[in-house]
Amino acid sequence: MNTSEKGQLVTANRLRDGIAVFLTRSGAWSEEIDEAVLALEPEAAAALEGRAREDEKKTIVTGAYLVDAERLNGRVRAAHIRERMRALGPTVRLDLGKQAEGKGAAFAAPEGE
Amino acid sequence: MYRYDEFDHQFVRERTNQFRNQTERRLSGALTEDEFRPLRLMNGLYLQLHAYMLRVAIPYGTLSGRQMRQLALIADKWDKGYGHFTTRQNIQYNWVKLEDAPDILDCLAEVEMHAIQTSGNCIRNVTTDHWAGAAADEIADPRPVGELLRQWSSLHPEFSFLPRKFKIAVTGAPHDRAAVKVHDIGLRLHKNEAGAIGWEVIVGGGLGRTPMVGVTVRDFLPQHELVGYLEAIMRVYNLYGRRDNKYKARIKILVHEIGADTFKSEVEAEYARRPHPTTEVEERELARIAAYFAPPAFDKLPRWSASFEEAKLANPGFARWAKNNLGPHRVDGYSIVNISLKPEGGIPGDATAEQMRVMADLAERYGNDELRVSHAQNIVLPHVRKDDLLAVYQALENTNLAAANYGLAGDIIACPGLDYCALATARSIPVAQSISRKFADSKRQDEIGKLKINISGCINACGHHHVGHIGILGLDKKGEEFYQITLGGSSAENASIGTILGPGFAGHEVADAIETILDTYLKHREAGEEFLATYRRLGPKPFKEALYATA
Repeated sequence: MNTSEKGQLVTANRLRDGIAVFLTRSGAWSEEIDEAVLALEPEAAAALEGRAREDEKKTIVTGAYLVDAERLNGRVRAAHIRERMRALGPTVRLDLGKQAEGKGAAFAAPEGE
Repeated sequence: MYRYDEFDHQFVRERTNQFRNQTERRLSGALTEDEFRPLRLMNGLYLQLHAYMLRVAIPYGTLSGRQMRQLALIADKWDKGYGHFTTRQNIQYNWVKLEDAPDILDCLAEVEMHAIQTSGNCIRNVTTDHWAGAAADEIADPRPVGELLRQWSSLHPEFSFLPRKFKIAVTGAPHDRAAVKVHDIGLRLHKNEAGAIGWEVIVGGGLGRTPMVGVTVRDFLPQHELVGYLEAIMRVYNLYGRRDNKYKARIKILVHEIGADTFKSEVEAEYARRPHPTTEVEERELARIAAYFAPPAFDKLPRWSASFEEAKLANPGFARWAKNNLGPHRVDGYSIVNISLKPEGGIPGDATAEQMRVMADLAERYGNDELRVSHAQNIVLPHVRKDDLLAVYQALENTNLAAANYGLAGDIIACPGLDYCALATARSIPVAQSISRKFADSKRQDEIGKLKINISGCINACGHHHVGHIGILGLDKKGEEFYQITLGGSSAENASIGTILGPGFAGHEVADAIETILDTYLKHREAGEEFLATYRRLGPKPFKEALYATA
């Protein structure tokens, strides 16, 4: 059975190397968008953002923000192409970035082509 | 080539040490991101989609073999084995770690390079004609003036916090290859009937969300008044430029809002107020700089090279490359070699570390140890003997650098776009690749002739789409990419801003649309007429009809 949940996740760049990361349920940051925790309610999203702000102060990440996303059959798809791009790496260099390291998401960055 | 003096060395070293300290303080939490951001930007370090990006300054696009080799080393050691040459004659690394950035700056400093003036609201790295010092049509090498302006503007305390960034371009040739009319200040050299030289000063050009062609405020400024006069322009801008709205802060908006005449009289009033004897450029300093740009000791060669002509007859691939990729040199027996970084289906401006090393070798072996980065994202070997061209070509061919499309449909300018850039609204590179593949047939490219296709992935226009003969702008429509096409732009001496043709296209439709436009051109052109001339003669109508008729 297909399952789908829509909500928001928090993404940021890891401070020391700039790699795009996603906040997980345990409060750790993962390079894999599929491991992101999805807030289904605005209050939960605000709480996630609050946690991210704390990690900014602790110099773990920088530039955290909320992103619209959905979880489909356990895999996470960001709503905007920009965020799908961050979860994968450049579409013109499939040999580089997360997609090359097996950390990319299940959804291609561009759609409708 | 210009070499640093002791002051420059010490200055860059101190700056690098400062940045190391700032980075350590950021990593320890002593500095917040808001505090650190302006500091890292002053050292060319941006935060992009996938990692940090370091933009390295290549003043007036000039490099030695040793410097190019160092760029290759950085690509291998701290990046993923490649770099991206930009429309500002710089290089960008896409996968830099913050913790490595100070080491990279140290590595650059070893070869007299840095990332100063590649970001922030200061006078940016000065750009110039990539054929400087070699072009047959040149009045004088513009690089001594470029270097003078670099020294004057580098961390100039009065001009380090301008309303917005500020770009200066310089050309010493009547045919403008440096796009001087679409810079904040453009300088163009002229020679009068008496044989004296003077600079035309053009102000208020620019691209971005409000594209404008600059206006001439002085027709013939004596060289020794250059710095004083530019200082007057900067002061008027610094005083009146808008700081309330980022999008209206460039000097082009000021010139447009108060009018060219008022702007000019403000500058003249400011200039007249200055104590002239103390502001004239010291002839001695300019002469000192110019000595570094002294032309190489060219051999006395015949204009006609038998070995070159024979090689062309024997090797059609070489003949085609020679026809398209060589520029006329001012000295008999020499050519300007334009190395296209636009292989079929490739990423415009990208070069691997290995390719950089090959180009460095070629410069050292055959090219007087000089390389240039062009704003069209290609590399130039400015001084190559015609007798050596075949050897250069063969080495390029072995490294996938021999694309014979310089100035043709395949020589596409494209910004990194949404594949890398945090500001982008759509991807640029895949569109460039699809067009490049569509026109891969060399006969077809030759038939179409001189053409500039420019692609930007957002309104900031790093791909200079407004001045492409065909410009493509990628936008975001409800989370999907779509592309607007403009026609009739030019960045040359006959500069113009392109006109939007009509409704936009999805990414996969763009290459077909370009084909329709070019088929229309081929149908209507007169003998020997280039695309831009046909467009200017006919206007957008036939192109519009062809493109939207079937819709």
